[in-house]
Amino acid sequence: MKGFKIVLNGLIKENPTFCLLLGMCPTLATTTSAINGMGMGLCTMFVLMCSNMVVAAIKNIVPDKVRIPAFVVVIATFVTILQLALQAYVPALNKSLGIFIPLIVVNCIILGRAEAFASKHNVVDSLLDGIGIGLGFTVALTLLGSVREMLGAGSIFGYKFIAPDSDGILLFILPPGAFIALGYLIAIVNRLRAKYEKK
Amino acid sequence: MAKLESTMKNMVLSLSMIALVASGLLGGVYALTKGPIDQATKNDKEKAIKAVLPDKSAVVGNPEEVTLPDYADPFVIYPATVNGELVGAAVETYDKNGYGGTLKVMVGLKLDGTVSDYSILETSETPGLGAKAEDWFRAKGDIRGKNPATSKFTPTKDGGDIDAITASTITSRAFLTSVQKAYEAFLKYQNK
Repeated sequence: MKGFKIVLNGLIKENPTFCLLLGMCPTLATTTSAINGMGMGLCTMFVLMCSNMVVAAIKNIVPDKVRIPAFVVVIATFVTILQLALQAYVPALNKSLGIFIPLIVVNCIILGRAEAFASKHNVVDSLLDGIGIGLGFTVALTLLGSVREMLGAGSIFGYKFIAPDSDGILLFILPPGAFIALGYLIAIVNRLRAKYEKK
Repeated sequence: MAKLESTMKNMVLSLSMIALVASGLLGGVYALTKGPIDQATKNDKEKAIKAVLPDKSAVVGNPEEVTLPDYADPFVIYPATVNGELVGAAVETYDKNGYGGTLKVMVGLKLDGTVSDYSILETSETPGLGAKAEDWFRAKGDIRGKNPATSKFTPTKDGGDIDAITASTITSRAFLTSVQKAYEAFLKYQNK
């Protein structure tokens, strides 16, 4: 029951995108389509789960004064492993996410969870927190990517639902559209949450 | 187990240990994935070459590098032969003046330089705008069947013969320049 709560906490109560507003750079930049958003979310989730587990496991052998460099080495290691694996087995995704894969190292969600959660909890709870926060991030990015792709290109996960040679509202594929779509999504989520909490 | 104190000895020991384990792990993964990564890159290129060649039954020979004045990196020519006779080539070409930086294209050329097809290898153009180059030059701004010797490979806006992508003149310029350069590199290769 407690484990379930930790996952739910990351998914809803402390959703990194809609509530904590962490990791905005990859959020805004990679969500030009639903599939890209989902890919980025899953990559971040993988790194988050691994780094949370390892940080929780080594927290006692890392002296306080050097904990940040130690955590960064752990995170960077997993990101590099992920990048090599992507290059080898899913080169297409690696191409479309490009520079944002190595940049996961400095994604503040991951260091933030290492510092705020994993360095104070045990391995299992930390893994669950990684799953929860990672899922929250993935859901948020997929949602944002879907909205932008639907409005901007008239398709969803690559399936076009408007006339083939017509265009969508280009603004939503471009950076300003990311801010606008994210703003509305946050407003909607907050509204739903307020309603739910009142009950 | 109690938390280690932040003494100099502990800090150095713990950080070195973490770094050591991390580098060992990375070395292992690198060795594991090196083969598949090379294979994936090679497959990509081979697919692109096959797709753009004028004659699908042609055999692709050994690649050769050609340099052009003002262009630092070489252009790679993949000659295509049928029964030992040159019928055209796939040229790996590039232009650094795309909207998002370098644009890498594989261009298929017939023996006289007529463009048979193209495939974009690397692009950082804007999604929804410049990224349309993937299909545009097969549709509205069709370059297939056109020859850089007789048509001007610049957007109509610049006095050329090719329709530029709507709202992406810079990408179109870069793309067309890269095709033009592929043609020049192929000429140089043939006249050698």
